[in-house]
Amino acid sequence: MRRRRGLAALLGPPLLWLVVAYLGALAVIFATAFWTTDPFTNEVVRSFTLENFKELFSTTYLGIIGRTLLIAALVTLLCIAIAVPFAFFMARVAPRRLRGLLLAAVLVPLWASYLVKAYAWRTMVQPDGVLDSTFGATPGYGFSALVLTLTYLWLPYMVLPVYAAFERLPETHLEASADLGARPLATFRRVVVPSLLPAIAAGSVFTFSLSLGDYIAVQIVGGKLQVLGTAVLQNITLDLPFAAALGTASVLIMVLYLLAVRRTGALENL
Amino acid sequence: MRSSKIKGLGAAAAVAMLALAGCGSSADSGSTGASAAPGGMQVPNLKAIDKLGTPEGEVNVLAWPGYVEDGSNDPKVDWVSDFEKSSGCKVNVKTFGTSDEAVQLMRTGQYDTISASGDATLRLIAAGDVEPVNTSLITNYPDIFDSLKMKPWNSVNGVAYGIPHGRGANLLMYRTDLVKPAPDSWAAVFDKAGAQAGKVTAYDSPIYIADAALYLMSAKPELGIKDPYALDETQLAAAVDLLKAQKANISEYWSDYLKEVQAFKSGSSTIGTTWQVIANVAQGEKAPVEAVLPKEGATGWSDTWMVGAKSQHKTCAYKFIDHIVSPKVNAQIAEYFGEAPANKKACAETADKNHCTIFHAEDEAYFSKVRYWNTPISTCLDGRTDVKCTDYATWTKAWTEIRNS
Repeated sequence: MRRRRGLAALLGPPLLWLVVAYLGALAVIFATAFWTTDPFTNEVVRSFTLENFKELFSTTYLGIIGRTLLIAALVTLLCIAIAVPFAFFMARVAPRRLRGLLLAAVLVPLWASYLVKAYAWRTMVQPDGVLDSTFGATPGYGFSALVLTLTYLWLPYMVLPVYAAFERLPETHLEASADLGARPLATFRRVVVPSLLPAIAAGSVFTFSLSLGDYIAVQIVGGKLQVLGTAVLQNITLDLPFAAALGTASVLIMVLYLLAVRRTGALENL
Repeated sequence: MRSSKIKGLGAAAAVAMLALAGCGSSADSGSTGASAAPGGMQVPNLKAIDKLGTPEGEVNVLAWPGYVEDGSNDPKVDWVSDFEKSSGCKVNVKTFGTSDEAVQLMRTGQYDTISASGDATLRLIAAGDVEPVNTSLITNYPDIFDSLKMKPWNSVNGVAYGIPHGRGANLLMYRTDLVKPAPDSWAAVFDKAGAQAGKVTAYDSPIYIADAALYLMSAKPELGIKDPYALDETQLAAAVDLLKAQKANISEYWSDYLKEVQAFKSGSSTIGTTWQVIANVAQGEKAPVEAVLPKEGATGWSDTWMVGAKSQHKTCAYKFIDHIVSPKVNAQIAEYFGEAPANKKACAETADKNHCTIFHAEDEAYFSKVRYWNTPISTCLDGRTDVKCTDYATWTKAWTEIRNS
């Protein structure tokens, strides 16, 4: 009995926090999405309407949602393409001493401010910036610049789980595969990839969700590009209920994504 | 007695005041039937304070960038520190980039006073976010230009809701080395924007639609636009089409003034709408830019200091406003921001003695060409009664559509 009370005291506060601050906030966002605004003062008026959700399905907003999904998917794919070979090198090829150094190199940018990194990319892609003067061309502000910047920002979140998966992969599995006559490519495809998949899925939860919700990097390097995050931001001042409907859409997308990821068993890897 | 009158006549009279912009004396004649209020404007029954108390120790100020400088941007530009010492009110400043942002922030109730433009003031009054001000508590009020007092954007039914701060025009800024010949028309960002394709910048707010409308006033006179804030369906559609065409040449939209400075400095933007203070900062950072008032005239602002209805620091707020519109400080702000001061005596206090002449402080003919930011409502502000005009909600939808197209 005493033990049970102790457990309740231990778990109660964090659970309360989770329910009130996290789920409560989500519930409020969802409820707000059914309200409307006063046309003159932009104040929220609490009268029920489905208009906001209807508008989500207009071509404009489907376009924005599609664009945002495309950006998130591209960023995730680029992160995978860079992280897998890099993590492989770190975990399997590099000498032990170098390994710590490389790991630090991956982690250090995480300590720098997000804004500083985004502004660094802004100056790099601008006319006469580093990209322009080195390669003679720059994508300029917009879609490509945004994908580049986000890939750079979220790469560590992909490298770390993949690196851990490579470390966990027993050498004996690879040897057994070779002994059984598999060529390196077949080993990679049939032994390495399946054991990496949960790690990649875990990393993609970060890269995908962070890209999906980003609205600051977009404003810094995205030029006139409009994504879900900036659409929410624009509507927060002018039409809060519609902003809430847009927010609900992104939450829904993430829930679907997490459900899909759960099927790979990756959530145990987080 | 006055307050009950406000309650009863609020909507109709407020709209009448707007429609008759400038004819403030006839406010009472418009009070026939509250149902005739298309903007839905109800004025909450709030009262100004009678007298000042003891300073509360701090004041939270919501201001346009450049209005309240405490030396943190430039140690030489500081008109807050002395006030803090003499009044005992610590000043906390939060700046905003658009009127929409200002309204949103003010609504939180965390701010005591705000420098609101004409497209924010009525929204704040109608929502009960700000209260009337007792002008007799502002010692500098008598020195403020009469032409700025009791205007449709800072008073309702003959009740003052704010203290005028200053006024000016939105300008056209360009890179002198990259844009040749020097532009003298807004066509440079609209019909002729192709010359700077991918390098044009525009202001990120629905109110920017008025800039397009202002250009159309002279570019397409057949549309019959008389006031860029009074657009019927057809006129709004024309402005929206113009802005959609402009978008193809836009590099980025700005509302953060420091980002615009950086964009012009790096050359990623070479031409677009601006405020004088942005041009000043960019020139200070050695960017080769110039800002001009195009021949079509311009949109502009006439700003008002207002007091938050939920403010816990009203004495400090009044003292702060009084300080801001005092001749010396008003002169400093006017010069730093690049606008005409509201205080007559400020003209004698500017470092450049010609400042008031350059910025047309007393030139009403000049300001008749500047279209102050205003909140569009369905009753046409230009006096037309045969059509319905588009209100700000419609503008907001239109702007979202332009930005998302």
